Amino acid sequence: MCLAVPAKVMEIEGSLATVEIRGVQRKASLMLLPEVSVGDYVLVHAGFAMQIVTGDDAAETEALWREMNGGPRTVE
Amino acid sequence: MADKTKVQRELAAQLIAETERLVAPLGRPVRFMEVCGTHTVSIFRAGLRQLLPDTVELVSGPGCPVCVTPDRYMDQAIAYAGEPDVILTTFGDMLKVPGSVSSLNEARAGGADVRVVYSPLDSLPIAMANPDKKVIFLAVGFETTAPTAAATVLAAEQQGLTNFYVLSAQKLVPPALRLLLADNEARVDGFILPGHVAVVTGADAFAFLPREYHMPGVVTGFEPMEILRSIYRLAQQTAAGEARVENEYGSVVRPEGNPAARRLLARVYQPVDAEWRGLGVIPASGLMVNEAYQRFDIAAVQPVKVLPAAKKTACRCGEVLRGSINPRECPLFGKGCVPEHAVGPCMVSVEGVCAAWYKYGGGRFHYGQ
Ligand code: SF4
Repeated sequence: MCLAVPAKVMEIEGSLATVEIRGVQRKASLMLLPEVSVGDYVLVHAGFAMQIVTGDDAAETEALWREMNGGPRTVE
Repeated sequence: MADKTKVQRELAAQLIAETERLVAPLGRPVRFMEVCGTHTVSIFRAGLRQLLPDTVELVSGPGCPVCVTPDRYMDQAIAYAGEPDVILTTFGDMLKVPGSVSSLNEARAGGADVRVVYSPLDSLPIAMANPDKKVIFLAVGFETTAPTAAATVLAAEQQGLTNFYVLSAQKLVPPALRLLLADNEARVDGFILPGHVAVVTGADAFAFLPREYHMPGVVTGFEPMEILRSIYRLAQQTAAGEARVENEYGSVVRPEGNPAARRLLARVYQPVDAEWRGLGVIPASGLMVNEAYQRFDIAAVQPVKVLPAAKKTACRCGEVLRGSINPRECPLFGKGCVPEHAVGPCMVSVEGVCAAWYKYGGGRFHYGQ
């Protein structure tokens, strides 16, 4: 039930955004995340944008790969 | 540059090997609990149980909102649905959940107006179009979902709607973890913490785990690699005898969570003692609409009477949700109880532990010993 998916913000009208999730456009409320701009990636849950997605997972995984092979720790 | 899937596969193998190496000196298996139904499904789907060494056990906790919703709440929802002037709106996963005598699906077959919505906000146009009806949204879920219902209440206020209500059974994850730790039946060494709950609450909401229980926790996402990373981090801490909350889901989880969502929650709701299936009543573990917004709370505006749930069943969902038995220890598992004809909510919900065990065969079957 707590599943949320990343989506790209295409358009903002008041507190409603048009977002694109895997090629499909739908509406997402910005009531819980007013600070969004067009072009941001956001996590969408039950019709609401919940958080801006920063960085990417591939980079985190790569950092951990380096850590396991002698690099610095990547989390606090 | 090597292609991505190959790199991922190699990294997964290295993570697993490192995890095994880290826990070996402990001379006993380590046990990590995932407390999110979405993690449960992901772990089973990716076959992580099979990939992990025998020395790393995964156990599922009370992280499926549908599963922990008690019979009494379902009975209330069904009673409201039976009123001629009510339209019930709900997430689809609630339809098949058994109450003490029937389910919303059965109520719907009997003529009740029950509508599945993708977002709680979808309830508002329905309320607008049906001014002579009461539209009640079944507000179920954890910290991830509760702000969406709270925002819907505010939106209803802004739109001047007087026929929209919620029936709240929303729950908070930290109090349930405290309960599990207090009775220690689950015997865990660390928690794989729910990423999307932490998006709202922030990773800091779990700081009590190391502080009060010397218990490691790692917040993570839902891709198999993210889950493996959290397991590796938990193994690191366990092996070193350390306890911290670490965040392996930094792309969306901030230390402070989502302050706007938390403010909105605090504006509409207040904490309340709440009943969890299998765990009983946990102090301050639920959310109830507060006094300022009481006119949106159907339980306050128009209380409904239901008989005390007196269902006799061999279902052991409660123990499954506490991590004290595995589904195969339930005599009904796979016999009287299968997804198409579920006896308990842990088999009904796609995120239920019993359903995951049934669908994916349960991995190596030594979960819970
Ligand atoms: S298998 Fe079915 S009856 Fe047994 S505990 Fe799970 S949900 Fe309940």
